[in-house]
Order: sequence, then C-alpha cells, then structure tokens
Amino acid sequence: MTIRIGLAGLGKMGLSHLAIVNAHPELEVAAVCDGLSYLTNNLKKFTPFNCYNDYQDMLANEQLDAVLIATPSKAHATMANQAIQAGLHVFCEKPFVLDINEGQKIITQAATNDLVTQVGYHNRFVGAFQKAQQLVAEGALGTVYHFRAEAYGPVVIRPQSATWRSKKSEGGGVVYDYACHALDLVNFVLGPVEDVSGVIRNNIFSKDVDDEVYCSLTLKNNLQGQLAANWSDESQRKMTTKLTIWGTTGQINVDRQECALYLRNESTASLPKGWSIYNTTELTDEVWYYLRGEEYSAQIDEFVERINTQNKKTTTACDFATALETDRACAMINGLETDPAADGKVDQVAVRQSFTQRLRGLLGAKHA
Amino acid sequence: MPENNHEMDRVIFGDNQFFGVNHMSEEKARAQAIRFQDIAAVTNVLDTAYQIGIRTFMCTTHERMAQVCDYFRANMEKYPDYQFYPCMPYAHKYANAVTEQGMIGALKQFLPTDGKISALFKGGKAVAQADVQSIAHLLIDAEMKTFEGLSTPVIFVQNVITDLLLGLGVADAFKIFDEYIRERYNAEPGYITMNLPLLLETLNSCGIENPIICSNINKAAFRMCGGQASYEKLIESGRFRPIAMSVFASGAIPASDAINYVCEQKGIESVVFGASSRGHIQETYDLILRHSQGAEMELAAP
Repeated sequence: MTIRIGLAGLGKMGLSHLAIVNAHPELEVAAVCDGLSYLTNNLKKFTPFNCYNDYQDMLANEQLDAVLIATPSKAHATMANQAIQAGLHVFCEKPFVLDINEGQKIITQAATNDLVTQVGYHNRFVGAFQKAQQLVAEGALGTVYHFRAEAYGPVVIRPQSATWRSKKSEGGGVVYDYACHALDLVNFVLGPVEDVSGVIRNNIFSKDVDDEVYCSLTLKNNLQGQLAANWSDESQRKMTTKLTIWGTTGQINVDRQECALYLRNESTASLPKGWSIYNTTELTDEVWYYLRGEEYSAQIDEFVERINTQNKKTTTACDFATALETDRACAMINGLETDPAADGKVDQVAVRQSFTQRLRGLLGAKHA
Repeated sequence: MPENNHEMDRVIFGDNQFFGVNHMSEEKARAQAIRFQDIAAVTNVLDTAYQIGIRTFMCTTHERMAQVCDYFRANMEKYPDYQFYPCMPYAHKYANAVTEQGMIGALKQFLPTDGKISALFKGGKAVAQADVQSIAHLLIDAEMKTFEGLSTPVIFVQNVITDLLLGLGVADAFKIFDEYIRERYNAEPGYITMNLPLLLETLNSCGIENPIICSNINKAAFRMCGGQASYEKLIESGRFRPIAMSVFASGAIPASDAINYVCEQKGIESVVFGASSRGHIQETYDLILRHSQGAEMELAAP
C-alpha cells in the first residue's frame, strides 16, 4: 500500500529527505511545504510536487497518511502536535522538541491514536554504531564502567552567522545541533540519561548560542560517562561522532566508519583476544536509493516498515518517547530543568564570562 | 546534441586521499590530511603518477585545488598533455555554508561579486528572483575559474548533487548542466552517482544519450544501488560510457581480484583510483593494464 506523505521544511535536511522519500517505492509525496516562496516556486517549476507555503493549509487540503517535519527545531512541537491530532504518522527531524512538557503531551496523544512516530537520529542506522550496540547488548565488554561520547565538526567557524541555528530561542546552538547526536547514541548503545553535572558551555564565535559543551552524564542504569561536543572545530572535514566505551573485559572505539573492539581475553571463536575491527562498509546493507549515506535511506525505510506493520517496535528506530529522553538531557545541559543554584551552575556562569573575556582579548577588539 | 568524442584514458587518478576522505577509517583520513596539508606533497604524488603513465586527474573542486592548478599552469612544459576532470561542487563547502548562512546567504557567498551580473545579486530578494538557470551557470563558472587555462575535457557533477537532483526528479537540471558544459566549456558533461540504473533512465528520459557516468563498480557490490546485476547488464548494453570508481570497495577486496572483476566488465572505459605511494600507484596501474584487453591498453600510455 502506498503511503501518502507531506513534507514540511525544505532546508538542507528537508531537500535531502524529499529526494529519499520521493525515490522510495512505497511512499508517495502528496505535498511539500516551506515558508520560503523562492523554494516552492522553483520546485513548482521543475517538479510535479504539490507545493504549499503554509503547513496548516497542507494538512487541511491534502489526504495524507504521514508527514515528515524538517523545519527549524522551534516549530517541531506545534507541527508534530497538529499532525498527530490529524491522525498522521510523523517522522520529525532532531531534536524532537525544545519543551519537554509539550513533547510528553504529543507522545501520549500519538499512543492514543496508535500512530508511528520517529525522529531522525540517523547514526542508529550506521553499521558501525549498530555493531557497537549489539556487542554491548551481548555483554562482550563485561560490566561497562565508563564511556565518552563526542561530536565535533566545522559548522560555526567565524563570528557571523545569520540562521535560526544561531538563535538560542529557536533551538540553535551546539547542544541541540551536535550534542544531541552523541546523547542519542549513548541512549541507543548504553541507555537513557538520568542526570547531568559539571556542565561547561561556551560560545567561541557565536553571540547568542554555545559553540562547545562538555559535561558528565549519569545514566538511568547508574553508568557514568562524559560528553564533549564542539561545532567550531575546523580540523574536522564534516561532523564526526564517536563513542568510547570501557568495560571490565574490553573496550569499544566506534565512529561512523568503524567499530574497533578490544578484548582482554578470547570470548568466543568470533571474538578473539586483542583488536577486532568492523568496518561500516562490510556491515552496511544495500538501500534502494543512496544519498549521502545508507543511514538516511534506511531510517526512512524503517519508518515505512513500522507503518506497514502497525507500529512494530524495533531496536533501531528512535520514536518520540526515546527522543524525548535526549531532549530532556539537552534541556538539563542547557540549565532549563535544574535549579540554577544546584550542581555548580552558578560557578559556571562565572567560568563562561571569564572565558569569553579571555577569548575576546585574544581575538582583538573587532570580535568584541 | 554534439557527439561524445573525447577519448578517455584507461587509468584515471582520483583525489580522495588528498583531502582527508577515507570510507574505512577516520584515523586514516586524518593521517592523509596531515600528510597532504602541504600542497607540494599533493603535486609530488601527481608527478609520480604522471611518470608512471597517468595523465588524467579527476578532482573535486575543493578550494585547495587552486594551488594544484597553479602548479600545473606554471609547469605546462613538463606536463604538456595533462588533463583535469573537475567534479563539482565540493558539497561540504555548500552544506556548511547553508548551515551557517541559510539557503540564500550561501548562494550569495558563492556567486561572483564582480562584473555586470553583480548588481543583480546585491540583496537576498534579487537572488530569490533570479532564475535557476542563470544561477546554475554562474555557480558552474565560479567552480571552473580555478581551472582556467588548463585542459578540462570532461566536467562532472558530484554524486551528492547528481543523486539529490535524481531523487527530486529534477531532470531539467541535468539538461541545463549538459548544454552549458558543452557550449561554454566545449567539454563532455559527466555524472557521478551511487544510483546508476535510476540515473541512466532519467538522463535518457530527458534526451541525454550515451552519457559519461562514473559510479561504484566493484566485486563486493559496495554502494551499487539498484543492484550489481543491473549494473553489469547496463555496462554490457553499451548505453553509457562507464568510469569505474571504488573498485577496491575501500580496501575490502584484494587488489588483483578487484581489478580482474572490473576488467571483466567489457564496456568499462576507464578506472579511477587514488593512492599515495609510488609502489601502490605503480602496482594498481600495472594491474589494470595487465587485466585490460586489446587497444584499450594503449590508451593509458602518455
């Protein structure tokens, strides 16, 4: 059965999703929507897509089964809520929501309406990360006692920036843009975050948002580890997300290309002592259409599969409830859910100001 | 439409190794980025490849290419028959700019700021009103400026853009590219893709026949979307001019097996590979020639 889907938001991720969705044999792009008429006008000219500039118009006028939301983060909650109210399955770009309470209401409503929800945490569909998840679940590392989750990349590498990503009120900044990927991987491989502490957040080039963030994480299963994210790291060609996990019997170093497992002793014949390297190239299944990475197609395919099998639970996809755990961790890191006087947050403000002053001194008056 | 008449070399040199691209390991990618941060390290390897017999360099329009082009312009006598196959654009450059400045902001960043056309692009509104075809032409010119005065007989669209346009179903965009590359640069348009069967069907549907297409072709069926069997059938059909890339599937296939498989596919015109050491370049070059048959063997000789 063909699923009729509407897409909202035609930015970088939106266009990429549109191409993937349009190429999927079981999806039919019923309509697309973006506030920027330059984009919709050109799409009208070059494609047969049914274009809207208003999301509610699209929902009201089209017979849809599902929507894909790839708008700036601030709009996610309202749009997801309207879609769920209208009885549509929803695929939403990350992060799911900025307001945890709103997110919770949407999840409850989606469950009541028996709808499939998913958030675009695509690293879950990367072969190397899936291998790490599988090895940890099988107990290959014995008792896991520490982890480090990192995300680095070259997004903001100079002092001017003009998009919603540079506005804190719209969900911009390194926490919701970069750290969330690392947090979701922690959730996927090790478990959801219970608490954060020792948060260091700084702007390097941005005025209104943080460009780097570091903190300690305590998971619901009491495992502790650290998070580091910096989107002003020009030494990276593109976003690099990695996870290092230490256990009593071994260690895993994993990024999108490879999962490297070190074992202190031979576990089974297929898990020898020392290093075993698993490359994403060997672990990846073919997709029907490739754009930028198999994972982007695979996550859409799983969304379709979950709709077709009436919300079958999978170990891979990140539904709204799972994504909300990451949103909650992001909110805690941003100091939105914790008492500002608690766990060193007051000191943190002083640390941040002193760093900013120091950096401005180094960069000279023009950036002040 | 003019006939395809540029004869491609059997062996073409690729550039991933120079710009920190490695599909197997981030660590290897970084080691390569360190090794090649001095542009002389890049041109030395290109010189080695040239001495071995490889005179075509298929390269992304990465900003560092400007220095490589300067080197070849300054040494024309040493490399009289050297040719570049530019592949545009370097997608991360645009992707990062879109993230940082939004769609219109990024467009303004990459469009020329001088000349009579500049008045058109003073404000975001003006950019928004300009037609897609003129913008595409200007972006192509901006990318090609680096190669001024050098031989560029084939000019490619990078796979991220090819496959994005393909997924969106914007077949007209391929026509805009095809016509402009032929008219303005007197060159053959080429397409890099991870979705060969779908691309060929789409190009044919908008009247582009027998195109040069560079795609993954390897024994491991790695990133051959649409299926290896379908690729083999299309290669055999002679409906396009294939260049094989990723023939080693990022090192997953032993060199001899990899080259043997590619050379068994009789319709493949060229094989593109990247390597950093003289030994590896020589070995791969020899393997391709040894496994190739007939006249094709002679094409690679300088």
